Amino acid sequence: MSRATLRTLLAFVALAVVMLVLPAFVNDFRAQQLAYVGIYLVALVGLNILTGYTGQISLGHGAFMAIGGYTSAILMVDHGVKDIVTIPIAIVVSGAVGVLFGLPAARLSGLYLALATFAIAVATPSVIKRFEGFTGGGSGINLFGTPELTASLTPVRIAGFELTFNNWLYYLAWVVALIGYVIGWLILRGRTGRAFRAVRDSETAAVSSGVDLTRTKVLAFGISAAYAGAAGSLFAIATTFVNPDAFPVALSIFLLVGVVVSGLGSLTGLIVGAVFIQFMPLWAQSISKSPGAPAVVYGVILILVVLALPGGASGLVSRLAQRLRHR
Amino acid sequence: MADFFQQIVSGLASGGIYGALALALVLIHRATGVINFAQGEMAMFSTYILWTLTTNHDFSYWPAFAVTLLVSFLGGIGIHQAVIRPVERGSQIRVVIVTIGLLLVLNGLATWIWTGEVRAVESPFGRRTLDVGGVAISVQDIGTIVVCLVTVAVLWAFFQFTKVGLALRAAAVNPAEARLVGVRVPWMLGLGWGLAAVLGAIAGMLTAPTNFLDPNMMQSVLIYAFAAAVLGGIDSPVGAVVGGLILGVGLNLLGTYVDFVSAELQLPAALLVILVVLLVRPAGLFGKPQVKKV
Repeated sequence: MSRATLRTLLAFVALAVVMLVLPAFVNDFRAQQLAYVGIYLVALVGLNILTGYTGQISLGHGAFMAIGGYTSAILMVDHGVKDIVTIPIAIVVSGAVGVLFGLPAARLSGLYLALATFAIAVATPSVIKRFEGFTGGGSGINLFGTPELTASLTPVRIAGFELTFNNWLYYLAWVVALIGYVIGWLILRGRTGRAFRAVRDSETAAVSSGVDLTRTKVLAFGISAAYAGAAGSLFAIATTFVNPDAFPVALSIFLLVGVVVSGLGSLTGLIVGAVFIQFMPLWAQSISKSPGAPAVVYGVILILVVLALPGGASGLVSRLAQRLRHR
Repeated sequence: MADFFQQIVSGLASGGIYGALALALVLIHRATGVINFAQGEMAMFSTYILWTLTTNHDFSYWPAFAVTLLVSFLGGIGIHQAVIRPVERGSQIRVVIVTIGLLLVLNGLATWIWTGEVRAVESPFGRRTLDVGGVAISVQDIGTIVVCLVTVAVLWAFFQFTKVGLALRAAAVNPAEARLVGVRVPWMLGLGWGLAAVLGAIAGMLTAPTNFLDPNMMQSVLIYAFAAAVLGGIDSPVGAVVGGLILGVGLNLLGTYVDFVSAELQLPAALLVILVVLLVRPAGLFGKPQVKKV
């Protein structure tokens, strides 16, 4: 095992241990917020695989989250499926939709892909509203109080520990997030990951080295959408309802902001991005109570990062580390 | 039949608006080589300036209109100088992300300054309708079409017959050679952004009387403008206008006569137009197919 691999493993185990014991030190409300951080982390890992590693921009990942969320909600309410069972199904469904979307999208280059995915993000809420019989239309689907939602009414007992709804959510989200992290790392370090990076760096060079462009891009779309589906499913479970406004354009844009702020093409910084997405609106409220303030802060930081810090948080960390080593 | 013509006229009116915004996108794409995702929010912001001038500062409509155009023009140049120029030479994705940042900032600022409340904007043309052979045509629609046509004509004349217009075209087509013959390319690109902001402002001010003014007012209009620009060919000014008109009329007829496509499915229909055109004929109706050099 190389030293780099060993270091990654150690860092990961440390993270897992911290996340395991953290709920003992924070209150219920904080646990819920941290659960959302885990959920965003899942989506960000997926988006970074597509945008950061494969170079395919997506401004519409909120739409894939919507598919995951609605899959879970419909399965729970209409078909009585237990919440944790719906997660893998949501992953498969949105992954399949991702592959289907990837087939045409693989032919679109940079700008046009941005445009098409943005249009999807804008159109998603109206499509959901149109198919009312299936999705509950504008009022959405309420999950709270359904027996399929674990721990929503009475705390759940796991291995002798009694977990409230928020603590249960926390562990559910972070278990999925950590598994997602490991799977992402495994995918990216091997042959597939090399193909992704080759496509990002130069399509021409990738093709001449025998990489199948369409196959690689479609695969990246599928994997990425599957992650978004998992995040969407967790999101539905955590908010205990889904409606079209839960998945607005802003969500897709915030995910992109999160990836750029953490650093495109790096998994380590993603926690920064996830924390940023969850807590930035709250910090922005301390600047101004206006509902417009978070968007302004997000936008300014996004522009500043692109202008001054192209590597994002992970770029900053590795630059600092390098400077320390060369002392 | 009267209803049919009525739908065509109102389709042309909204098509003119889509065309104006699409033209703004095309201008920036030709100048900077990127798609400006903040174009809609820039237009919305301009419309708020008009609203402030007419409601709070006792301007009458047309002077306020002129002032708004001037402010938008300067604002467009300012945005280009401040945030676009530094990233212009880098990868396209970075410029796209910066325009997304602009979208967030402008949307948030508008909410911050004017609150998210929905405002009514007066129509400069009144709410009357004309009766032409049994067809009721709203004066607002006619006025919108006329303003759009005049704008396009003025812009065309500017590009065709003035020295600055020629320099602008040169800077867009071949920046290196344009610089050699003395064109100040960065300023020309900035000018392109200024003109695009003006076009957007016109689109916004014409949209507001029917759609009302709020910070998200231009979001769907921007998607229609994307579809129009893609349909006509993202590098073709004529294509943008024609694409806008086709889209406006087409969506209006579709919404009226095809039950399945209610108001909610018009946006997805535009999305479908974007996808189909990009897959079948990426250069659009009026664009020249590009050959990729390897």
